[in-house]
Amino acid sequence: MATIDQPLPAKAATMREEFSWSESLYNWVATVDHKRLGLMYVVSALVFLVIAGIMASIIRLQLAFPNNHVIGPDTYNRLFTMHGTTMVFFVGMPMVAGFANYLVPLMIGARDMAFPRLNAFGFWIFLFGGVLLYFSYIGGGGLSGAGSAPDVGWFAYAPLTERAFSRGASTDYWILGIFTAGIGSIASAINVIATAISMRCPGMTLARMPMFVWVMVIDSWLILIAIPPLTAAQIMLAYDRFLGANFFNTQAGGSAVLWQHFFWIFGHPEVYILIFPAFAILSEVIPVFSRKPLFGRPAMVAAVIAIGFISLGVWAHHMFAVGMTAWSNTFFAASSMLVGIPTGIKIFNWTATMFGGKLRMDTPMLYCCGFLFQFLVAGLTGIMLAVSPFDWQLHDSYFNVAHFHFTLIGGLVFGLLVGMYYWYPKVSGRMYNERLGKLSFWLFVIGFNTTFIPQHFLGFLGMPRRIYTYPAARGWETFNLISSIGVIFQIAAVGLFAWNVVYSAIKGKQAGDDPWDAWTLEWASTSPPPEYNFEKLPVVRSSRPLWDLKHPQDPDWKFGQ
Amino acid sequence: MTDLGLLAFFQVQVPGIPEHRVTDIFKPLASPAAAERDIAWFTIAVTTLIFIVVGGIIVYTIMRFRRRPGDDLRQEPPQVYGSNQIELAWTVIPILIAFVLIGVTARVVWSVENASPPPSALHVKVIGHQWWWEVVYPDYRITTANEIHVPYSPDGKEATYLELSSVDVVHSFWVPQLSGKVDLIPNRLNYMWIDPKQAGVYVGNCAEYCGTQHANMLLRVVAEDRSTFRAWAQGQQKAVEPSVVSTGRTTFESLSCVNCHVIQGTKAIGKFGPDLSHLGSRSTLGAGMMTNTREHLKAWINDPQEIKPGCLMPSMKLTSTELDGVASYLESLK
Amino acid sequence: MAATVTPADVGALEREWTLPDRGTVGIILLMITESSLFTIFVVAYLVYIGRSATGPFPKDVLEVPIVASICLLSSSLTIVLAENALKRNQVGRFKLWWLVTILLGGEFLTATGVEWHHLIYKEGLTISTNLFGTTYYSLVGLHASHVIVGLFFLLLVMLVSLMGFPIQHQERRVKFLSWYWHFVDAIWIVVFTVVYIIGR
Repeated sequence: MATIDQPLPAKAATMREEFSWSESLYNWVATVDHKRLGLMYVVSALVFLVIAGIMASIIRLQLAFPNNHVIGPDTYNRLFTMHGTTMVFFVGMPMVAGFANYLVPLMIGARDMAFPRLNAFGFWIFLFGGVLLYFSYIGGGGLSGAGSAPDVGWFAYAPLTERAFSRGASTDYWILGIFTAGIGSIASAINVIATAISMRCPGMTLARMPMFVWVMVIDSWLILIAIPPLTAAQIMLAYDRFLGANFFNTQAGGSAVLWQHFFWIFGHPEVYILIFPAFAILSEVIPVFSRKPLFGRPAMVAAVIAIGFISLGVWAHHMFAVGMTAWSNTFFAASSMLVGIPTGIKIFNWTATMFGGKLRMDTPMLYCCGFLFQFLVAGLTGIMLAVSPFDWQLHDSYFNVAHFHFTLIGGLVFGLLVGMYYWYPKVSGRMYNERLGKLSFWLFVIGFNTTFIPQHFLGFLGMPRRIYTYPAARGWETFNLISSIGVIFQIAAVGLFAWNVVYSAIKGKQAGDDPWDAWTLEWASTSPPPEYNFEKLPVVRSSRPLWDLKHPQDPDWKFGQ
Repeated sequence: MTDLGLLAFFQVQVPGIPEHRVTDIFKPLASPAAAERDIAWFTIAVTTLIFIVVGGIIVYTIMRFRRRPGDDLRQEPPQVYGSNQIELAWTVIPILIAFVLIGVTARVVWSVENASPPPSALHVKVIGHQWWWEVVYPDYRITTANEIHVPYSPDGKEATYLELSSVDVVHSFWVPQLSGKVDLIPNRLNYMWIDPKQAGVYVGNCAEYCGTQHANMLLRVVAEDRSTFRAWAQGQQKAVEPSVVSTGRTTFESLSCVNCHVIQGTKAIGKFGPDLSHLGSRSTLGAGMMTNTREHLKAWINDPQEIKPGCLMPSMKLTSTELDGVASYLESLK
Repeated sequence: MAATVTPADVGALEREWTLPDRGTVGIILLMITESSLFTIFVVAYLVYIGRSATGPFPKDVLEVPIVASICLLSSSLTIVLAENALKRNQVGRFKLWWLVTILLGGEFLTATGVEWHHLIYKEGLTISTNLFGTTYYSLVGLHASHVIVGLFFLLLVMLVSLMGFPIQHQERRVKFLSWYWHFVDAIWIVVFTVVYIIGR
């Protein structure tokens, strides 16, 4: 393998043994290889994405017309609860773990994560949590009939979740599924930080560590600090439901607002936990597709750290309507606006990276551009929500729904798609179909914006969220119908993406080690990399070791980078 | 859902009273909503400006620096690592913008939230239930449900001061054209105020998911001139006293209805469901779901689950004669 | 022209390249995340002080567990003595001090159990009685569960060394376990202060 003074090797010979199907299955189930586990995380997340997407489609079908009768209130309430819970905990979080686990060891020149068995444990307990949550459909029986999934909303406000108002076991499955999966998230976070600190190849100081790794490390710190509050709150709720405790029992003096504080102390950092992979991915892909280094690397690292810190102090902007004091309503408005600043700085730096470059407008870059615009919109609607008096109107309305779908789909999903297309050749050894990729992109952009732009206006017109139907008289029909039509395009886009992934894996062109002419260490290994990642562990002198190798007259380390 | 259920969701238009059914937050008709609208426009202006500038630069960058056919791809562009001055500039400017927004926000938060009620303010307690609103006027000793009558205030001198709470889960009071929302939280008292500038009916929703029928927990604030309001209040204070006890009332008092509902001056003293003492004077049923007509009333009493599935009133399984009688009785409670 | 770094330089770089031990990092991160968990239970305890609608109330029923606390905190000392013995290859002394540590931890748990038995059966305080009961049992119980986990691993090490396995080769892992044990003790200081000093 490459060291500073040796050229890149020819494609390493990979020995392919023949396994029977049961041996292959065992190899996957018992694996501790970070690449396989990373892949399993991402594939699981995509499966849950499709399931939760179907739920969303049914929701939009129900809301396409006023007084619609596609589904009744109970089914609807379970659908939006499961949609949100699945997307956050079983799509977003495994994508964090999957991308981090696959790429971090490769990018830092290591052979695996610091704790490979912990890695495996984390994956399987996450999956078990998902199974537990979905088991509620058959096991969650209550007064309302045979088996039911949770219907308390993804943030499960007390006292709606107390036994008195939430009969049967559906809320218990909500608690158990997420609690279990949360253990996996913490395990993964410990692994990522320990790996980045203890397993970097020689020469890779923290300053030379790739931006992707930096962001995922800070993401892991957020997980370590912000997930336990949710775990604690869920334990408290479980005590209330099973042992008659009084944490959120307002009849005994318990506080409904306390649940909200604990939940959002988790919940707000959680949304940054979710979006950081997109930030991490963009910081790798935009430079490569602009043919320039990331503009302002130190500022980008500082910005991510700042976002991480500040995000721990904004949570009560979810609670502006709860009747907090004017001081609180002002403080949290201020902190929420401040957190937008380092986020904006990141957008500026990405743009500056592109400025003066030679932009290769292939699918990954198209998704980057989609991200930039849509996340900009999301950030600005976030500023609107941060202004607490404005939020008093917008809170719990469709404006809120529009904002977070812009951050999560327009931001996170688009960012993850950048990553999936970019690393697809590395993971599979083959190139995806570029024309299909571009077509899927445009369908997604059209569909996503058609669905969610009108929802801002629904919020302005006073439509609250989480309602299973609405009367014709309120002036909400047109925007709802447009919003629902957008779903068709999104389904087409996702379908094309899935087809591209599967078909290219079988019929795609051989990609080679480094199809994008990139600069981080994963591109120095084969596609896909062997189980041991690198024949010889690399030694690096800058943050772009492959650039140095390819440009010996003009290496980064000459400029102190 | 039956056809009647379908019909039930139709126009809730009570003849003669202007009803603000399209609840645009940019068409405020009370001071809190107006203050919120003003800061909304300011924020939208600032963010739109940012969007145009930043978005414009992104668009320009993409258009100008796209690869073109004929570009020499072996030639990498200048590898610029960064610029401290630029970083400083685009850190400081957003901080300044943020400070302006924070200052403006603080001012409006204080003016809306810490406004103290004028001595002549009307006090109303709104208590949230799954899925209806209990409305109490402590100074008038009135208890009603779902419809809140207040005097309107063209000169800004009449204000209604609301005290909000809940008996079960968290709800939220949102009548967009009057004010931003405030939550109704069990074991906690919250406060808000409204001063409707025009007479009319202001429509709103519960805005915090509260269970199965959250969607159909609708609000109606009826703003009327002082004398009409006083007349309404006086009417609500006294029990309806008919000269003859109707068969409907006898039926009502003999069934479990009395365990959940209050009708002043009768045996019905149950506190679980809405107060029905003057049901006939209300314009809607089922917390704003349908107009208060005989047809709808009969359908509701016959089987509330058909109209509002999951609501906490069971079907009373009355014979059609009993149904007619009870409906007539309740209609007469004006 | 190639870089001015020679293979000899590369070798030197590789040899001089030392990074923190991953086990150390891992255990520190575990303690940080557990601290976050405990913090929320502590906050709930503090928020609900004095808010119970009905009794029993803390000052009526809580007795300060002096002996149990001394035992638990001394066990931090004895575990250090055990580790030092192991470093000096004195396996017999190690086993002795390790056993004392386990017994001290066991005493703490027993005392907690006795206290709870008294509170439940004599004072009528359960987790569902009032806010005090809820927050008391959950916070003290969370800590006790961590003591149980710690004791389990301490017993495992005891068993392994009694069975003759060369425990002196596992100094690093023993060190991590003792750090966990110290952490559990530090948490007790916080819980003790919140429950028996501030909350009474």
